[in-house]
Amino acid sequence: MSRQTLLTQQHALQCLGTALGFVLLRSIATTHRLPPQADEASLYVHWPYCLKRCSYCNFNKYIPRNQNHAVMTACLQRETQTLLQLSQVSRISSVFFGGGTPSLAQPSTIAAVLETVSKHAHLSDEAEVTLEVNPTPAGKASLKDFTLAGVNRFSVGIQSLNDDHLRTLGRDHDSQHALWTVSEARTLCPGRVSVDVMFALPGQSVKSWESELEKLLPVCDDHVSLYQLTLERGTQLFKQVDSGELSVPGDDVTAVMYNSARGVLEKAGFRQYEVSNFAKNNAVSEHNIGYWKGRQYIGVGPGAHGRFVLRAVGGVQREARTQTLEPDVWIREVQRHGHGTRRRIQLDHHGLLEEVLVMGLRMNEGITQQHWKLFSPEDDLQQIFGMSEKVQEFQAGGLLKLNNRGLRCSWEGLALLDSILPTMLLELEMFFKKDCTQGNA
Amino acid sequence: MKVFKKKSQSLFTNLTPDLENLDMSKFPVERIRNFSIVAHIDHGKSTLADRLLEITGAIAKTASNKQVLDKLQVERERGITVKAQTASLFYQHDGQTYLLNLIDTPGHVDFSYEVSRSISACQGVLLIVDANQGIQAQTVANFYLAFEAQLTIIPVINKIDLKNADPERVEKQIEKVFDIPKEECIRISAKLGTNVDQVLQEVVKRIPPPTARVDDLFKALVFDSTFDHYRGVVANIALFGGRVSRGDKIVSAHLGKSYEVNELGLLRPDEHPTETLYAGQVGYVIAGMKEVKEAQIGDTLYLHKQPVEALPGFKPAKSMVFAGMYPMDQSEYTALRSAVEKLMLNDSSVTVQKDSSLALGAGWRLGFLGLLHMEVFNQRLEQEYNASVIVTAPTVPYKAVLASAKLIKEHGEEVITIINPAQFPDKSQVVKYLEPMVMGTIIAPDDFTGKIMTLCQSRRAVQKNMFYIDEHRVMIKYIFPLNEIVVDFYDQLKSMSSGYASFDYEDAGYEAADLIKMDFLLNGRPVEELATIVHKDKAYSAGKAICERLKESIPRQMFEIAVQAAIGSKIIARETIKAYRKNVLAKCYGGDVTRKMKLLKKQAEGKKKLRRIGNIDVPKDAFINVLKRK
Repeated sequence: MSRQTLLTQQHALQCLGTALGFVLLRSIATTHRLPPQADEASLYVHWPYCLKRCSYCNFNKYIPRNQNHAVMTACLQRETQTLLQLSQVSRISSVFFGGGTPSLAQPSTIAAVLETVSKHAHLSDEAEVTLEVNPTPAGKASLKDFTLAGVNRFSVGIQSLNDDHLRTLGRDHDSQHALWTVSEARTLCPGRVSVDVMFALPGQSVKSWESELEKLLPVCDDHVSLYQLTLERGTQLFKQVDSGELSVPGDDVTAVMYNSARGVLEKAGFRQYEVSNFAKNNAVSEHNIGYWKGRQYIGVGPGAHGRFVLRAVGGVQREARTQTLEPDVWIREVQRHGHGTRRRIQLDHHGLLEEVLVMGLRMNEGITQQHWKLFSPEDDLQQIFGMSEKVQEFQAGGLLKLNNRGLRCSWEGLALLDSILPTMLLELEMFFKKDCTQGNA
Repeated sequence: MKVFKKKSQSLFTNLTPDLENLDMSKFPVERIRNFSIVAHIDHGKSTLADRLLEITGAIAKTASNKQVLDKLQVERERGITVKAQTASLFYQHDGQTYLLNLIDTPGHVDFSYEVSRSISACQGVLLIVDANQGIQAQTVANFYLAFEAQLTIIPVINKIDLKNADPERVEKQIEKVFDIPKEECIRISAKLGTNVDQVLQEVVKRIPPPTARVDDLFKALVFDSTFDHYRGVVANIALFGGRVSRGDKIVSAHLGKSYEVNELGLLRPDEHPTETLYAGQVGYVIAGMKEVKEAQIGDTLYLHKQPVEALPGFKPAKSMVFAGMYPMDQSEYTALRSAVEKLMLNDSSVTVQKDSSLALGAGWRLGFLGLLHMEVFNQRLEQEYNASVIVTAPTVPYKAVLASAKLIKEHGEEVITIINPAQFPDKSQVVKYLEPMVMGTIIAPDDFTGKIMTLCQSRRAVQKNMFYIDEHRVMIKYIFPLNEIVVDFYDQLKSMSSGYASFDYEDAGYEAADLIKMDFLLNGRPVEELATIVHKDKAYSAGKAICERLKESIPRQMFEIAVQAAIGSKIIARETIKAYRKNVLAKCYGGDVTRKMKLLKKQAEGKKKLRRIGNIDVPKDAFINVLKRK
């Protein structure tokens, strides 16, 4: 972005008060409507390092030989500052430290990043600040320091309470460590501890899964995330299953596992608020809800993703941004340019609505009329999907509900969401095509 | 090219006449022999042809002379000859130079039509039999073709250099099966050249010269034609009388069109122009014909204003096997069409009809002489034109005898041929259905007789006769419904006999059959592109097999799908595709959105291409899996 364009933008903004400026702004707004909630965002910070490689994980993570915490801290701060300034958000609604294994970061790093945030935007004391924790003895020991640094919510990756499964997954903790860590976290952040558990593990039966859940309920706090193990190409586990050394439960079994877990958790007072997330006492993850509600987020750190408007350079559309993957390269880029954004893709109105649709339907409450209206003031859900034969089929089949409250999946529908979404995307596309041709005529 | 010519000349000057100024009048009918080589696959036909060409100086003797006459890539790969090729050889015998015209023939009975074309230009054949393998099914078929054409048959036992060669046993077989005295057999090794010269001597001695007179009017048979992009049609002709020269005006008896001869000459096997060709000789002629159709195989050529009685024409090639052919992607349609057209220029025995399938798009229904012919065509399409195609499982042409005068009037004929199941008339409209039959010949070691008989019975075959061609080998003849052998019969026969059984078949007319049309339903709705005609006895097993294949290839959906095979309103087989109970990605946070959207949009795009039957999305792959040849 050249200085000249920046000046032009500023000039346009200065015209705001005049009648001419008003007309100018309106014409921009109708062709390129500024996406909603551009004034705030959540912040995701990626810590790319792990102590060892889990057998199922193909995520962006690195096993470092020696680590320079000071450099990493400085770069995370620098990129946070740059991206915050680019976005010109005045408020950061939540922060999430994910990884990798962010509990391997020094608490002072967390503190430094949060300090940077506060320097460039408003970060409320109440804002949710989550840290992903590996339930190892070392992780447990530093929990207190993390809370002192500003963390007020822990997400503990216990994965399983069965030691055989933990070994198969290549985790560096056992079930006892997991219990201790959860207990410590609950003491520090009562009501704000989440646990991650996995099902469809090699050798797991519906029965053993259910008994594992029963074991988990009395020790966990108010939030549970439930993930089905997905075999990713290139992982050790994939190879083991591929070669027949291990076997994972089939589709029918995993369906039973998923649904029985939903039943068990519901009975224990947990409300499912998203495909994989359950909370009681309304202890939902504000940060993650931001993703599903199509709010802006800024991604900092190697491989992090973001979605925000670059208001500082006159952006009117959201951008999907991806940071450079390899930590060393990312560090160099941040040092040189202030950020390590590797890829930028403009999200047009249609593209944004697609994301709002796909992400929104993951939530139990679905997409309310008001929520949709934020992004699509002109065409409501009824107009877009109401006439569709296929949507009517989904409704008749008891999978989808479309009414004056909004659009959402039924209990059965939520489990089949990925079969429903391609059709919904096509309907949306067809609506826009029709709209477009009518508009031209 | 020049270098090659010089080299061959210096090697053979004492054998060959002056090639640059060849005077074909020096070869009267008495010193001409026209002959073919026929053999079972891999018995060494092309190797012998190479040796004959070398000995007579038509080609230089080099290590790379491997099957010079097999010009097509697929021919070299499969060791078969598809397209008949011709070579004129000069041979010195008893102080005289003879003109020996070797007319190469396809080795497989699918191409028996080509064999019969070539044979009609010959007076004799060399029947090659492998000294190790002995008489095989195609040896028998080829023998009868030559025998019925009343040609002189010279049995040649090849590969006598092999360790397991047993020429004596083969001679006995020949005596027993073909009634040819074993003394008439020539034992050779085409590979090493052993006794190959004797073969040429016997060709001169035993095969009679053609009966054609140079004083008669010019009369020539078109026995083959090829298409050349620069020069148009190159017709191969055999002169049954008179002479023809460059500049002559000639007429096609079939079309009545006249042409001027631009070029003519001998095939050695490369074209070698001459001024004139005389009665009894064989060569090529280029006369400004633009399309292969203008040089119909079997047509007679004569000189302008000097008409002659046309030679008895050939039967047109009869399609015995049909298959649908579609481009993998509809955007490739035009390219594939031009590839098919180009191939057809050189293979007039393929028939073509436009066709379209709701699932596979626009394509063609092609008719082939037989299975190998179909395979060769596909392979040429892929290799020579780089076209990727979907070929559906082959079907055979059925017939129906219509029941009422009204229907007959409607169709314009009493017996209709059904190529497409959609045209299958209801039972109430027909007196009977007919299916094509073939006479199959199987030759195998007798250890396998039991297994072979079981296999044939399962294919609705009726045994006609069986006899031992020597102590251990048996020849069995069966009448098969053609439909029963078009799919995987030969593969099964080969594998159950450890590769020792050979099989060949010939047309055996039509017979009445209990045929029915079978429909396939998805949740009660018929899928028209899957309808098929089957014999009543096979309906259950065929229906079940296709239902199973559909079940395997239609992805699970959000509801249960019943896959059914039906005859009329009666369901005879059923498979159930259970509903999906869970299909959702467990994790979807900020970092997963891009990947997830990409995947979903790809699926959405894919959905546009699905064929929807009722509320079921059926991917193209499912149709391909069911329809294509396995």
